[in-house]
Amino acid sequence: MSLDIILILLVDGLSTGAIYLLAGLGFVLVFSVTRVIFIPSGDIAAFAALTLAAFQGRTVPGSIWLVAAMAGLACLAECSTLLRNGATRRIPRALLLYGVLPLIPCGIGLAIARQDVPEVLRILTTMALILPMGVLIDRLMLRPLAASSTLILFIVAIAAHYLIAGIGLIAFGPEGVRTTPILDGIISLSDSVVIPAQQLLMMIVALLLSLVFYLFFGRSMTGKALRATASNRVGARLVGIRPERAATMAYLIASGLAAIVGILIAPVTTMYYDSGFMIGLKASVGAIIGGMASYPITAIGSVFVGVLESWASFLASDYKEIIIFSAVIPVLIWRSFSVHRDGDEEIEEFA
Amino acid sequence: MSSVLLELNDLRVSYGKVEAVRGIHLRLEEGQIITVIGANGAGKTTLLSAAAGLLPSGGRASYRGQDLLRMTVEDRVEQGFCLVPEQRALFGDMPVIDNLLLGAFVRRRDKAFVRKSLDSVFEQFPRLAERQTQLAQTLSGGERQMLAIGRALMAQPRLLLLDEPSLGLAPTIVRDVLMRVRALRDQGVSILLVEQNARAALDVADYAYVMDTGEFVLEGPASGMAADPRVVATYLGGGVE
Amino acid sequence: MISARLLSLIVVVVLLALPVVGSPFLVTLMSHVGVSSLVVLGLVLLTGIGGMMSFGQAAFVGIAAYTTGWLTTALGWSPWLGLVFALALTAVSALAIGAITLRLGGHFLPLSTIAWGLSIYYLFGNLEPLGRHSGLLNIPPITLGPVSFMSQIAMYYLIWVVVLLATLFSLNLLDSREGRALRLLRGGAHLMGSVGMDTFGTRLRVFLIAGIFSGLAGWLYAHMTRFISPAPFDVKISIEYLLMAMTGGASQVAGATVGSGLIVLIKNWLQDFLPHLTDNPAQLEQVAFALMLLLILRFAAGGFMPMVLKRVRSTPRTVKANVGGLPTRQLPPRGEPVLEVEAVERRFGGLIAVNKVSFDVRAGEIVGLIGPNGAGKSTMFNLITGTLAVSSGTVRFLGKDASRLSQREIARLGCARTFQHVKLRPGMTLLDNVVSGTYLRTGAGYIKGGLRLDRLEEERARHEALLRLGQVGLADRAHDLAGDLPLGQQRVLEIARALALDPVLLILDEPAAGLRKKEKDALATLLRKLRQDGLTILIVEHDMDFVMNLVDRIVVMVFGQKLREGDPATIRKDPAVQEAYLGGLA
Repeated sequence: MSLDIILILLVDGLSTGAIYLLAGLGFVLVFSVTRVIFIPSGDIAAFAALTLAAFQGRTVPGSIWLVAAMAGLACLAECSTLLRNGATRRIPRALLLYGVLPLIPCGIGLAIARQDVPEVLRILTTMALILPMGVLIDRLMLRPLAASSTLILFIVAIAAHYLIAGIGLIAFGPEGVRTTPILDGIISLSDSVVIPAQQLLMMIVALLLSLVFYLFFGRSMTGKALRATASNRVGARLVGIRPERAATMAYLIASGLAAIVGILIAPVTTMYYDSGFMIGLKASVGAIIGGMASYPITAIGSVFVGVLESWASFLASDYKEIIIFSAVIPVLIWRSFSVHRDGDEEIEEFA
Repeated sequence: MSSVLLELNDLRVSYGKVEAVRGIHLRLEEGQIITVIGANGAGKTTLLSAAAGLLPSGGRASYRGQDLLRMTVEDRVEQGFCLVPEQRALFGDMPVIDNLLLGAFVRRRDKAFVRKSLDSVFEQFPRLAERQTQLAQTLSGGERQMLAIGRALMAQPRLLLLDEPSLGLAPTIVRDVLMRVRALRDQGVSILLVEQNARAALDVADYAYVMDTGEFVLEGPASGMAADPRVVATYLGGGVE
Repeated sequence: MISARLLSLIVVVVLLALPVVGSPFLVTLMSHVGVSSLVVLGLVLLTGIGGMMSFGQAAFVGIAAYTTGWLTTALGWSPWLGLVFALALTAVSALAIGAITLRLGGHFLPLSTIAWGLSIYYLFGNLEPLGRHSGLLNIPPITLGPVSFMSQIAMYYLIWVVVLLATLFSLNLLDSREGRALRLLRGGAHLMGSVGMDTFGTRLRVFLIAGIFSGLAGWLYAHMTRFISPAPFDVKISIEYLLMAMTGGASQVAGATVGSGLIVLIKNWLQDFLPHLTDNPAQLEQVAFALMLLLILRFAAGGFMPMVLKRVRSTPRTVKANVGGLPTRQLPPRGEPVLEVEAVERRFGGLIAVNKVSFDVRAGEIVGLIGPNGAGKSTMFNLITGTLAVSSGTVRFLGKDASRLSQREIARLGCARTFQHVKLRPGMTLLDNVVSGTYLRTGAGYIKGGLRLDRLEEERARHEALLRLGQVGLADRAHDLAGDLPLGQQRVLEIARALALDPVLLILDEPAAGLRKKEKDALATLLRKLRQDGLTILIVEHDMDFVMNLVDRIVVMVFGQKLREGDPATIRKDPAVQEAYLGGLA
């Protein structure tokens, strides 16, 4: 194997790793705040790609109707809960959060869909449209069972994935899409080694967003409130941090990251309505390496998964999924034998 | 004339089918220190957790004239009703300073308020100022307790619920903590203090309730209570001279 | 109301008669229900009862199906040899996956099994000898001597005989020694350890059983359809199995068949109906199933079976007398040291919870361990029972160093305990809760239990448990559910379970908490009686009246250290003790 190939594979791996890194950060964030393994984040990424592709093809993306329908259902669910608890004065706020805010980008999307608009506007509209999805999935499917065990929440997350991926087919159709690259062109490292600019963009965006992530959690009060909720739920409530709002914030951030993942990956990989599952699962490999808790280790793990994937595709492409999933085995073995002897967990009843 | 801040009427707390706390009547006026004492397992912590909204409860409860049972924990905090729980519930993997800043979460937009609160907490607990960059989980037991109280004070509460502030502390620190409780009252904070260390609690409180197996069995001004043989009996069993 | 026996009989008769009266299509459909039931039965044991979750069951089915498929087509072996290898391979994979994930809590098992399920699926689709995505064709039918299971009807009977046998095995198992271990899993590792059960081992074995049931299903499936391709072994199908379990009632053995039946029927109906609506019926089916799963979790978490069971009358099995007893232990002579705690220390990070504490407990005495809240009593308690590891110092039990032993080994030596926060299985009867205490005195394993070869020992264990219930005054409620008892009585029930271990030393954590005056008196009488019988008791308690009038000696702990040791009267008068309890500021 020549040095050139090694270099190409490395660059390819790092850019894929950048994608898993972004998705992995969202995974760990949502899990630490809500105890949910948010498998549908992959679907959200796929929907972002499909939405942008639809805009580029001058058609109305199915996600507009999907988000609008979910917003309507979420409004119904939230209002009926509030009415039952006699908290009528909070209804306007709920309608704003679950109804008006998600519908604004739907409206913009409808307006620009068939127009010649700058690419930036399309990307921003896609982001805005996809952003509420995590929050809406949470409100409709996860929150009603928020008090359940992690296992139940896990099944719910899986069911939610199959539900929205299935709906994705209806909304987007079965065709695969590729979007036009945000950055065109190539950068030559040597005569035989060229990097597509889009790949470079993926790495740069991942780096920048990691930095933003770091600053957000280290400096801002909202970021600290999220960390506090993950650190000690009771303590967080006792200083007035509402767990539902922390969850909403976590889902919002995770959806945002997923949307960026989708937009970045769509020019280099053909995306289908159900491509998200694999992205989500591979990102979760990184998150497992990070113990579902540590952001830096998750980041390193995700990049490792990306590099592993590009090597595996080159050397044994039929088995690349198997190779990637096998990467968790040593981590599991290591965790298995460092399990605390003092641990005790009781598992709730199903019935 | 002082006004009633907190009033509990026939408050009940159940765990499944078991009623752990029942028939609680309690009145706390603005500027008072009320203490609930009793042996371990009497239901004091359960009562306090329910009052703070962490456990569902039945009966009636009002805080500043509002129906307390309809308020969430966070609503209560926004209204200046703060609990320092028995387990402290600190953010262990975050530094002391962040723990404190989060204490003022409900007033986070008022930068001047937060700064003033922080100065005041550091003034009362200089040790916390020294350790502000240290992670909360690395603090000693006494420092953790200071941090827990300090965090609650950051919101400048009107009513502070303290659950076993002396728990696990050496006697000299217990005295110190309870002196601070009295100082807080002098600054205008009303306090509901749950303590196992009865003599110390009675020393600082205005009025006391004695709890035994989920019920109040005795109440009265704190000053006379320390000598009451019935109080001794609830702790060390009957027949004590 | 209908009796359980009659209902089972009706079900069996209907199943027998079905091929005679039903259409061939219905027979084939019911064969599929049977195959699914086997997989779901494993999930009921694993998930509904054991509290673990697997998204890899379809992969186990696939491993077995491909093993037998390949051996019988490529090598031309007999399906029976195929069965042996199919089961062996599923068992090995289940053990391998279980060994690395079952020690970990919560989400690691489900996540790993998804990864495993997908890997296996891709493997089937990519291996040339397995026909890649087009699969294996012309798998031979099963034959047994002159009988061929070529026809759908013959296969139907074979499948349902296996299903019924597996169901019986599971029911027997749940009513046996190891089955109780399985039913205790959800109570947590501390509860299991206190009666000498092995949490990880139990998890691993039930994971193995669930894998083997799936393997059986795979073998039957391959020889029923006689063609296999990767699709039915995808993770998606594992989720269908989970949906079946949830629909039927995840914690009910019969729920496996009921759930499989309902879902297969619904699926069949959807497959007829959806193509009229859409060009993508498969995806819409997926949407429908996902929605169903969400709705069941939200609104009918118990599934279908509990609704049936409400209408079924079942009479509790009586406990036979005159079956002989379980072996009992020789108690040490009065005054011999039973427990020796020497300079024991436990640190949590920088915090010293127990600081160089020494005391001992001698045979036939009751020692009280008291101290104010936060004094380190609970930590001391956990160090003695092996729930926590000591940082330094030694705990000796009957002269043996027990400082490094696990809870299980300490229980085996003859040290039984109760819990401050009661740990019982609320859904099991009082009797079953107490029988679980005899785990270490009995020996029937999975095979004996599942095949009902354990009856004599089982009757003895039940008799023993009833005696223990009688001892604590709960015999008349033996067949009630433990969760229906008031809290105080639940504590007493824990004592009965501890006694069922036939212990040398009984360690009680706040046994009087929540008891009424009369109940406390009865408990004190019981404990005095046990002392008379030669039992040694260490008791951590806050109720001073109770302790002072009961114990021979008291150890007082404050701030992690031993403050005083002595007889109750001296301790009560001690000013240092009074100060520790009431505070020293007055």
